[in-house]
Amino acid sequence: MFARTSTWWTILRISVEERLVYRGDFALSTLMRFLPIVTQIFLWWAVFSAAQSVEPGNGATRIVGYAYHDFVAYYLLTMISRAFSSMPGLASGICRDIREGTVKKYLVQPIDMLSFLLLYRIAHKVIYYAVAAAPFALVFYLCRDFFPAGWPEPQILLAYAAALLMAFLLGFFLEATIGMIGFWFLEVSSLLFIYMLFSFFCSGHMFPIDMLPGVWGELVRLIPLQYLAYFPAAVFLGKVQGPELIAGLWIQFGWVVFFIAASRVAFALGVRRYSGFGG
Amino acid sequence: MAVVEIESLTKSYRVYHKAEGLAASLAGLFHRRYRDVHAVRGINLTVEAGELVAFLGPNGAGKTTTLKLLSGVINPTSGTARVLGHVPWRRENAYRRRFALVMGQKNQLWWDLPAAESFRLHQQIYRIDRDQYERTRDELTSLLSVRQLLSQPVRELSLGERMKMELIAALLHSPEVLFLDEPTIGLDVVAQYNIQQFLKHYQQQRGITTLLTSHYMKDVAALCRRVVIIAQGQIIFDGSLDEIIGRFGGRKVVTLLFSNGHIPGDLRAYGEVLSAEPPRVKMLVARNAVTATLSRLLEHHPLEDVSVEDPPLEEVIADVFSKAEDIGRRSGAEAAGRLVGG
Repeated sequence: MFARTSTWWTILRISVEERLVYRGDFALSTLMRFLPIVTQIFLWWAVFSAAQSVEPGNGATRIVGYAYHDFVAYYLLTMISRAFSSMPGLASGICRDIREGTVKKYLVQPIDMLSFLLLYRIAHKVIYYAVAAAPFALVFYLCRDFFPAGWPEPQILLAYAAALLMAFLLGFFLEATIGMIGFWFLEVSSLLFIYMLFSFFCSGHMFPIDMLPGVWGELVRLIPLQYLAYFPAAVFLGKVQGPELIAGLWIQFGWVVFFIAASRVAFALGVRRYSGFGG
Repeated sequence: MAVVEIESLTKSYRVYHKAEGLAASLAGLFHRRYRDVHAVRGINLTVEAGELVAFLGPNGAGKTTTLKLLSGVINPTSGTARVLGHVPWRRENAYRRRFALVMGQKNQLWWDLPAAESFRLHQQIYRIDRDQYERTRDELTSLLSVRQLLSQPVRELSLGERMKMELIAALLHSPEVLFLDEPTIGLDVVAQYNIQQFLKHYQQQRGITTLLTSHYMKDVAALCRRVVIIAQGQIIFDGSLDEIIGRFGGRKVVTLLFSNGHIPGDLRAYGEVLSAEPPRVKMLVARNAVTATLSRLLEHHPLEDVSVEDPPLEEVIADVFSKAEDIGRRSGAEAAGRLVGG
């Protein structure tokens, strides 16, 4: 057990060191995350202005139950959700490793590819949070008026933390499973693009999914994508409470377990049919 | 004791077969034709502990596929193989800790970090005792003269230096079996020589069982006593280098130095003239006719000096390869792969 922990720690440490090599790219990618929120604030300001000629910020106008400040608060929170659940380059990286043959090192060396990639991703996220914590705090401080209810109860905060952690794991194992498609189809960029589009819409990143009417809303709530962005934000905002919250966390947990198993099975099957491309 | 035992090992791939042109590309959207490629066809081979065996063969002969099968990267279509008693494609950690695969065209080190970091990671992955790790690392870096480069990012190393680091990373856990796929590809002669010398020294010192593929005959001549020639996925020769020359190098190179400075006009009657620069002539003479030819030459022409050599290894091997490909082609559609609809 000690040996394994020591291995994990070394992988984490080296991943962190690697992340710190390209300082410029890292700083830019961290700061760029904050740009979309500014555009969203202005976009919904315009939407609310058009919906009613009164001052949109006064909270009087509501679109499908959402006031202007609810929208902005929701977007700020999905930004946090996405900081946990988004996995830039994970699926495409796995596909590239398969296509170019670098996946061989995971087959030849006594190391588990998924555990290695998970540790690598944790290292990147930890560095990201360490650097982005101050700008995040500043943005939330400047936007504090959009949260009229203030901080939620401690138990809600605890549930929120659990939802964020599971959003990270779900995001990782879901994308890793998609990446395994590379074992069957060598070119998957179009498929990944479709997934990204679908995920942007169905995870609640584009708008709160409880705005979707009827059967569409039901459908989107059946698939796991909402747990990547919408669900944690809804927990923080108190939109899901009591038994519904507990059930939501269990379902999210279920999806995490499902995709851990799916990625493992896909890897085992993929390796069996792998032909060792790329020399 | 046999370390590698291969029996009737076969690996076939199905590859998309696309005819030339836009029309064929459009047709390929609706109906695809696939071709079965038999990369390895029923290979049988045994390698004893401590042997250093070279796999030779033209491109696409099945050398790398065999190494991939033995290192567990791919699963076979049929047949069996055992390395150190393990079935490679089960990929058990107990096996993976006992061998190493180095591919000349693949980089396994962390590109942006110094090699020292990758070595540290290998120490952890392979669970190498700290003292042993430091000892092995220091020994290998001194042998390959790269100690001063340990803290330089891998991307800033030359190809030769990087290959040395790859070798060190592969040997840190003291593997019992080493698979080397083109370890000197793309390297300059000095780097090639250094790596050859290192491998020779290391192999002799440790008695590590090594399987090597290379296109450089110098690698093979310097390192391996046993050579396995693979062509069309089959082993067509298994023996020593000398045997290859004996069996396949049917002619010898005879160099003649004429004492009167003139080259006689009837030389074609004695053999194939390779070059003629007065007073020196180089010609190919059938191996079994060398003595008779020389005595006739000495009888009829004034010769100051005579030398008889084996032809260069490259030429002999190239000749063997082309003969093997001819045999493969003659064996027809069955050997070359069949076109199937799909």
